[in-house]
This record gives sequence, structure tokens and C-alpha cells, in this order.
Amino acid sequence: MLLCLLRLVRFLLPFVALSLLAAAPARAQLDIDIIGGAGTLTPIAVVPFENENAWPLGVSGIVGADLVRSGLFKLVDYAGIVPRPARAEDVRVDDWRARGADAVVVGSMRAQGDGRVEVRFALIDAVKGKQLAAMTYTVPPAQFRATAHRIADVIYEALTGDVGVFSTRIAYIAKLGPRYQLLVAEADGYNAQIIVTSNEPLLSPAWSPDGTRIAYVSLENRKPVVYVQSLETGRRQVLANFRGSNSAPAWSPDSRRLAVTLTKDGGSQLFLINADGTGVQRLLSSPGIDTEANFTPDGKSILFTSDRGGTPQVYRLTLGSNAVERMTFEGGYNVSPRATPDGKGFVFVRRDGGRFQLAIQDFATRQVQVLTSGPQDESPSVSPNSRLILYAAEQGGRGILAAVSSDGRVKQRLVAPATDVREPAWGPLPR
Amino acid sequence: MRKFLIAACIAVLLVGCKSTDTQSPAPIEEPAPGSAAAAAGGATGGATTSGVTTSGISGAPMAGGLGPELKDPKNILSKRTIYFDYDSFVVKDEYRAQVEAHAKYLQTHRPANVTLQGHTDERGSREYNIALGQKRADAVKQLMRVLGATEIQIETVSFGKEKPKAGGHDESAWAQNRRVEIIYVGE
Repeated sequence: MLLCLLRLVRFLLPFVALSLLAAAPARAQLDIDIIGGAGTLTPIAVVPFENENAWPLGVSGIVGADLVRSGLFKLVDYAGIVPRPARAEDVRVDDWRARGADAVVVGSMRAQGDGRVEVRFALIDAVKGKQLAAMTYTVPPAQFRATAHRIADVIYEALTGDVGVFSTRIAYIAKLGPRYQLLVAEADGYNAQIIVTSNEPLLSPAWSPDGTRIAYVSLENRKPVVYVQSLETGRRQVLANFRGSNSAPAWSPDSRRLAVTLTKDGGSQLFLINADGTGVQRLLSSPGIDTEANFTPDGKSILFTSDRGGTPQVYRLTLGSNAVERMTFEGGYNVSPRATPDGKGFVFVRRDGGRFQLAIQDFATRQVQVLTSGPQDESPSVSPNSRLILYAAEQGGRGILAAVSSDGRVKQRLVAPATDVREPAWGPLPR
Repeated sequence: MRKFLIAACIAVLLVGCKSTDTQSPAPIEEPAPGSAAAAAGGATGGATTSGVTTSGISGAPMAGGLGPELKDPKNILSKRTIYFDYDSFVVKDEYRAQVEAHAKYLQTHRPANVTLQGHTDERGSREYNIALGQKRADAVKQLMRVLGATEIQIETVSFGKEKPKAGGHDESAWAQNRRVEIIYVGE
């Protein structure tokens, strides 16, 4: 069901230095293709904001692109409606109903004396003819994109009842020739900022739930070492550099501790460690591999991958009681569990024949739904509202990022030209 | 200050090499200062730290030094790679003489240390592959221990699927990538 192949946006924005590195534009700009949509898309008109073209980067276009990218909306053409409404009271709902719009977004922009700009918008239900939301923001032009994402979040929430994730950020690894970069970008792929560059592989980026730090694994020491890096200052700290391999960091929901896989005592085993690298304690003892820990959102249990039963399968460790329960049974390879933030289940990677696919399993019913067709899908990361799953896939021999909705209906590709991208990690909701 | 930190890191890394349960006391690394450092290349981030590590490793004092036989193409000790079957951690008989030679070398050269680097093919989860590569490195270590090397002489680490030897996407490439590499510390 390929509804459209919509190339949304494609222009380079000035690169903003964040931390470890400065200068040099980030090359790994992501373009997003939506390659499948939900059964019914909500038709919405986003009217260009009054005075918007006084600034090179507007707001309404980004709002519209965000809504389309969610896979739940389609844009209704506003051309020919004169004058263009800018306030809720200017909207003649009959005009829009005639065009099939269920909702209309209008707004205006006005320069303030201090260089900031007042951005107003209103969301109108075109069927009932009533205003659903309205907000005013006073921001410098540098925050237009952030403001647009926030407006899209308000609209999304008003129309779906769900939290929007347009204001979130994502992290991912790009490989350019021999060079590896860890980047942080807005959820739509824009403003990619390099936070680590290395000549050796980087992997397993993990956001602290408070959004201030990213843990990751680097092989620059000729072995896997886990680091925690502050996004604000760019400083990083060794989290785990024990004898052997140190890998697979996963934050506890309170951002104070991480689960990691260490081999210092033999075998790949799960440990808990404070976020400053102190207080390491072993979680489990198993004769085989235990790795890929991931906390459930209540912090009470940890999902992980283990080959203790002969093949790699997903297990759940209940903290406190230390009870371990096997979660996956179908097939001989089920790995990379990621609990969904709504607490209802987890996403994982399964191998079917030679194909690696994403699947989601419900905790209560144990029902498994396969979400993607592979062949090389890996590293799932669930959005904070549990609606979308970002993952790494392969296309034409190189790594791309892709997203699928948790019901499997919406599919997107995020493509960075001439770059291998992998290991996506969806950041938390902004505080 | 920065030099001091780097020196401190190296010292800690060197100490860390020998013990089983210590780790560096979380040195804080400063972000590279501005564009000059960034322009210096693959350098920064990696640069800051890989500078630290590279010198840490290559500068490790080797009491007694490493013998020339390790590099002599006619000597079995120059053979450093052990290949594995798919989904297997068993050191095949054909590699036994090679592993034994290295074990004996370690037995007769107690100051010598090796890192056994496990690798996997490109299929499957990156993090799980780190654990799989580790299992291969551990299997080689087990055999070396039985054959005369000591625990303290061998560190097993894994690169998972991150550093393939062959770039292809078929069985012939995968077979070259499922391997353990023997690296003498100080080489």
C-alpha cells in the first residue's frame, strides 16, 4: 500500500557546533521518504502564516512537514482562498469543508523591537467550526524550527489525543569512509550536529531519560569501552573500561544508573553501574551470554538477550526478586529487546530464515506482530509516545535509518546521501 | 592540564592492563577546543582519546621485549588469525598447533601479554555480536591456558561485527570475518 513517495525537504542548514567538535558542516543530513501510510489520513490545511516570508525560514512549512511525517495526516491545498485567514475568526469553515479539510491551522508572525518574533497560531476544527488550540510564542528566529515542532506537537495532541514527538531529538552513528561520527539531530533529521568523531567504530548510543547525556560504546581503545558524554558541555567520562569488553549501555528510568555488559569476570554478563562509573555490581550469573539490557519504563525489570537456552532469546529479569522469565519462544534468534514507553510490551529483532525483521510483543497477551520485512533490520528504538520505531536497515548496500509505526502501517526511510547511517536512538520528550 | 590528564589516563590504562577488576577512575575529557582541532582531522573526539590510547598501547614498556620470531613469516608464531565456523565457538583442530605455539611462547616469556580480539560476520545484532566475538576469544584463551599461558597474560576483547576483514556480503567474506586475532601487547 504505497500511498505516496513524498520527498519532503532538502536543503542544507548552517551547521551549529555543539560540543567536542566545531566547524565543518554535518554532511549526514537526513532526508525523509514516507513510503506507506495509515489507512485513513486526516486531511488538514496549514495556511502560510501572515508575514511569514519576512524571514527566510518560515514556520508553517515545517509544521505541515511534521504532520505529514507522522503518517497520520495529509495536507489540503490552500491555494485560491483569498484572503488567506491568519486568525481563528477569519476562518470560513465552509471554504475548507468544501476542500475536504477536517482541520485548519492559521497563524501570524510579527517582529518585536528586540529582534524576537511573535508567532501565533490557532487550530480550528473545520467540521464543528470551533477552535481546538491556540498559542503565542515570542522567540528569536534561531528558534523557528523548535517553535514549529512545538506547534506541530500541540496540533498532533489536540487531534489524536497522543503526545507529539516532533520536538524530540534523535542520535545515530554515521560512517563516512574510515570515519565514524555520533550525531544528534532533530526528529525530522535536520540540524545534525556531530558530537563525537573517531577513526574506530562507535556504537550503541543511549540517551539518558533526562535528555542531558548520551552513553555509547567506542572501539578507539582497541576494545569496547563505554563512555557517557554530556550534551551540554561535550565532556565525556569513561563509564566502564574494565578488563575485557564493555558494551550495551542502557539507562535506568531515573537516569542515575546504567545496565552494561561486562566480561571482566568471564563471559558476557549484566552489571549495574552508577552513571559516574562507580558502584559496579553484578546483576546475574549465567553460564552463557547475557547482553542487550533494556529497562522497562517502571524501572522494576530489565529485558535482555541470553543464549542460556541454546539460542539467543529475550528474557525478563525482575529486579529485587531476581526472577528470570523467558519472553520469546518462536524461532531460533530473537534479540535486541526495547521496552515501549507505554509499558505495554517490547520491540525486538527476530530472524526468519536469513531475514532480520522487527517485531513487537505484548506483555499481557504475549502476542507477536511482525512489523518489517527485513532483510537487515536492526537496532530498534521506540519513540517516547510509543507510536513509532526508528531502526537501522540496509538499502543498496549501505545503512539507512527507517521508521515504522508500532501497528506496522506507516513506514518511512531516512536517507543521508553518500553516508552509511546506523544505530539510531530516539531521545526523550523535552523537559 | 590537558597533558597531565592524558598522562594520567595512560598511567591508569597501563596499570589497568594488569589487574582484573580495576578501571580508570573516570577521567573527564575536555571537548576539543574549536575548529583548529577539528580541522586536524579524524583526530578529534577520536583524536583526543585515540591519541591517548594509541600512545598508551604502543608505549607500553615490554620487559624483555618481544622476540623476532613473532614476526618471522617462517615461524608459526607469525600466524595470528584463527577462523571459526558459523555460529561456532570451537577452535578447530587445524588451528591447534598455532594456538599451542602462542601458548608456549607465553609460557616461556612471562612478561609477554596478548590481546585476543574476537570478531563475527555481519549478520545479526551489533551488541549480541560483541558477545559472540567475546565467546570466540574466550574459547581461544581457554585453550591457551590449558597449554601453558597464564590468566594474567591474556585479555579477551571483542569487536563484534564492527571490523570485518573482508568487505563482501556472502559466505566467503563471512568465513574470513568469523575470527580471533592474536595481538601481542607492545607490538
